[in-house]
Amino acid sequence: MKTNLSVELGKLKLNNPVMVASGTFGYAEEFRDFMDLKKLGAIVTKTITLKPRKGNPSPRTCETTGGMLNSIGLENPGLENFIKDKLPFLKKLSIPIIISVASEEEPEEFLELVSRLNKIAEVAAIELNISCPNVQGKDGLIAQDPESTYRIVQEVRKITDKTLITKLSPNVTSIGKVAKSAEEAGSDAVSLINTLSGMSIDVQRRKPKIASGVAGLSGPAIRPVAVRMVWEVFKKVKIPIIGMGGIMDADSALEFIIVGASAVSVGTANFINPKTSLEILSGLKEYLIRNKITEIKELIGSLKV
Amino acid sequence: MKTFQLKAKILAQTKIKGNCWHCELNAPQVARSSLPGQFINIRVGDNLDPFLRRPISIHSVSGTKASILYEVVGKATEILTQKKKGDFLDVIGPLGSGFNYPKPKTQNPKPILVAGGMGVAPLIFLAGKLTEVESKKSKVKTLVLIGAKSKEHLLCVQEFKKLGCAVKIATDDGSAGFKGKVSDLLKYLLSTIDYRLSTIYACGPKPMLKAVADISNERQISAQLSLEEHMSCGIGACLGCVVKTKDGLKRACKEGPVFLAKDLVW
Repeated sequence: MKTNLSVELGKLKLNNPVMVASGTFGYAEEFRDFMDLKKLGAIVTKTITLKPRKGNPSPRTCETTGGMLNSIGLENPGLENFIKDKLPFLKKLSIPIIISVASEEEPEEFLELVSRLNKIAEVAAIELNISCPNVQGKDGLIAQDPESTYRIVQEVRKITDKTLITKLSPNVTSIGKVAKSAEEAGSDAVSLINTLSGMSIDVQRRKPKIASGVAGLSGPAIRPVAVRMVWEVFKKVKIPIIGMGGIMDADSALEFIIVGASAVSVGTANFINPKTSLEILSGLKEYLIRNKITEIKELIGSLKV
Repeated sequence: MKTFQLKAKILAQTKIKGNCWHCELNAPQVARSSLPGQFINIRVGDNLDPFLRRPISIHSVSGTKASILYEVVGKATEILTQKKKGDFLDVIGPLGSGFNYPKPKTQNPKPILVAGGMGVAPLIFLAGKLTEVESKKSKVKTLVLIGAKSKEHLLCVQEFKKLGCAVKIATDDGSAGFKGKVSDLLKYLLSTIDYRLSTIYACGPKPMLKAVADISNERQISAQLSLEEHMSCGIGACLGCVVKTKDGLKRACKEGPVFLAKDLVW
């Protein structure tokens, strides 16, 4: 049976809906020995900031029940070093490359980042990381405020025609409202969820296990929250959704697609089994065949309620 | 250098003493390309608990076999001990940058190995390579200093001797050899020998490595330290295991786990 796994994120066409999430896949080169990277639907890079960034103190990660906490603090080589040292490898893969970007102090940094990336043909899309819980701007996270979200997306929209993805935070009262703001401001898609704010304590030392105290929780422990949020956003906006949060296998990816995600991102699972994403891709094909579905698009938002 | 992900069959699983176990794996690609100081990242179970892999240094390789020496320190290593001969482990390796040691036919720089507790694990692999160099060269013997809490906790003494190394021992309680820390034994020995041209290779707990770094830096002896850091991915992607160096943050899993003592910032 012939199946069609291609999906669209605005004007961006993906051969299949399986992507890898920002911050969990480095700059892809780290995974070259384990899989055929060209088979991925798209790659989202580790977040890039304008200037090189050292990130947060160690320890930066710890294991939790069914997941992990991290507070890397967006360590990255900065935009120019990224373009010089990391982008050439990504360009050669000839699959959609999505660059995740973040501001450090001023939201205006997004404009500089985007205007520079806008000139690079191989950049398929830009993901605005306005939701990293480990880098708090002076007014908290942009993604925690619908108006700030609207403002930044709108300004970025003015300077690029590339596909714009806005990455949303689950650490909000109503993720639907923030998603709606992103849509109204011209975002082509939304991706969710970023990590949930969390803590873990070493009771002997009475200290947080992560040096910076509060960190971001990821992994299957957060999946039900993520699925619920995708469902909520799906009911609220018309733009495509990239769903993520604890995807470990094809079934967990399908949960997101069924509640409305057009594509899914594999995150923390990459640390445990580097080829999880491609195993999920095979699993999705098998699911379609087993259920006699030819187009994966038929499944998007197909939840029976 | 290529890294592999494979299902490695357990060929032997033996309790050495106390909490220490030796596990031999059939892992041809890993065994063929491993260098001393590198590690493998093991998934000890098929479910989500423990969630992450566990990095364990390569103890020895022989043909298609690679072995690890590990201590039960928590749930994951406890589960690992329950794996039996014939079971399979999902293994990624070899990972990281190991020790830089002289190749045969090069000048022998009088190696001094310093092991604290489980620190013996990667140093046996290294000692094997160093003694290969020595057999072609002068009478200089690899000197190995082994430290442990007490006589009962000493590991690999015979193995080092079999390789032709000169072994000195330090125990915290004085039940064998020098009474005190292995770093104090190192300090003492350095006061009795001509250490120019020596290279120190050390692995063990952080306070010990810090002491070895101070001793070697003070005397300008080249020292390579294998650090044990908490890791999440082990392949350089998550940036969870970074250590401070004079040249900025470096990943213990990629640029490490072996670092030059003179480059580290404590």
